[in-house]
Amino acid sequence: MRVVIDDVSKTYTDGRGRPVPALAGVSVTVEAEEFVALVGPSGCGKSTLLSIVAGLLAPSEGAIYIDGPADAPATTAMVFQEFALFPWRTVQRNVEFGLEERGVARAERSRRARRYIELTGLAGFEHRYPHELSGGMRQRVGIARALAVEPAVLLMDEPFSALDAQTRWLMQEELLAVWEQTRKTILYVTHNIQEAVYLADRVIVLSRRPGHVLADVPIELKRPRTEAMMGEPAFIHATERIWALIKTEAREALADLALRAPARPDTALP
Amino acid sequence: MTLRPVEDRTRFLRRRQHPLLRVAALGGLVLVWELTARTGWVPALFLPSPLGVLAEARDMAVSGELWTHLAASVQRLLLGFAVGGTLGVAVGVTVGFFSVAEAVGTPLIAATFPIPKIALLPLLILWLGLGEPSKIAVIALGVFFPMAINTYTGVRAADPVLVRAAVAFGARRLSVIRKVVLPSALPMIFAGLRLGAGTALLLLVAAEMIAVESGIGFLVLHAGNLMATTKLMVGIVVLSLLGIVSHWVLNRLERLAIPWRRA
Repeated sequence: MRVVIDDVSKTYTDGRGRPVPALAGVSVTVEAEEFVALVGPSGCGKSTLLSIVAGLLAPSEGAIYIDGPADAPATTAMVFQEFALFPWRTVQRNVEFGLEERGVARAERSRRARRYIELTGLAGFEHRYPHELSGGMRQRVGIARALAVEPAVLLMDEPFSALDAQTRWLMQEELLAVWEQTRKTILYVTHNIQEAVYLADRVIVLSRRPGHVLADVPIELKRPRTEAMMGEPAFIHATERIWALIKTEAREALADLALRAPARPDTALP
Repeated sequence: MTLRPVEDRTRFLRRRQHPLLRVAALGGLVLVWELTARTGWVPALFLPSPLGVLAEARDMAVSGELWTHLAASVQRLLLGFAVGGTLGVAVGVTVGFFSVAEAVGTPLIAATFPIPKIALLPLLILWLGLGEPSKIAVIALGVFFPMAINTYTGVRAADPVLVRAAVAFGARRLSVIRKVVLPSALPMIFAGLRLGAGTALLLLVAAEMIAVESGIGFLVLHAGNLMATTKLMVGIVVLSLLGIVSHWVLNRLERLAIPWRRA
């Protein structure tokens, strides 16, 4: 389903009551069945934006609109960087959680959970607890739990950044495979440019704090994506362009930080 | 230059189980006790021998006296635990989750928690009479505070990431409490139960020393008055066993209730 982020701003208040602008007038439209990645230097408010889309945070200004049937509220589902699985629930019961909260009957719940458990390659692990699984397996549960509610939009907040580099690549491949089958609308936050370009149809580059849209980079790579495409000029040009944008931003963000907290003379490098 | 092997320097930090030593320590205590009693250095009136205590316990078990007292005590303990535990968890969750309840509850708990519960026994007897309710109430009070405080701490410590995740998947207030906050607090709740068990035993004996005709506390006091030291020792051993058994039961219950905990 289509998601419209309409001129969203967010200002926090810090410990001393001073306003800290995090997002400044962000407008993004994600089309139905589109895979959009949000990248930006650390602390640019990309996770804040995702929380706002999920309804976990109120924007200071602007609004979010999600396409869907008129009689029911639009459903979003989130995949968290920290997995955020319930340690007291088995894989099956974790995947069923969102369905429980939506009042889906037990038999249907179990059937649907089973389907997404299989889709994410978790078959045989239904009765395990999260602590018995590896990081990669845990995030599969996170993805299955999100897909099970069959959301209008799937929100992914750096879902693989807690994984080691090898597992991360494998999980990206699997996410693409799952996406090919489900064709969900996805809004994907990452700080990894290659990951963004490899996965997405479009990469939105956010500026440093307060975040606003710097560029909207369409990725001209065919689907289904394969690893070989990472050598294609389209891939290289996109990553280089995005990196160039972010590099300046990240440098200036670092300089901002240095200004805010000047290094003490005894800890400064000679 | 010479090549020297690198030694494991942490060797002195290693801790071992020493299972035999554990058994020997307990056995040794009983043995020394038995020998001291046998040699007659200490008159049997002051220190009955372990074998004598065992024989007395058997006689009391056969006559049914032991079971009457034990049943009365266990019933008081369980009822006190049920009342104090339920109220403690309910108050702990409410105070931990709702900010209004926290503002009202925390100063009240802080003010009443330090009162030694035994001091309240005369007041409770005045209010509730000499019968069972006052005994159960004092045990419930002893269990209530550690349960309420631990539950509160557990609820406050619930991982905000999990609460957010639950809300992201459509959970409302009641669901968040039932499906996230309570299970997160379970380990703390069990720690509270364990603390409560110790206090409950203490209060049980104190309560059973006033105006009752049954219970292990009564047995100990009564036997002491009659200088029936062997009987008195039976009571003390039973109390110690009650403590051990309650600890064991709580451990088993905890393992059943928290199967997701890493072993």
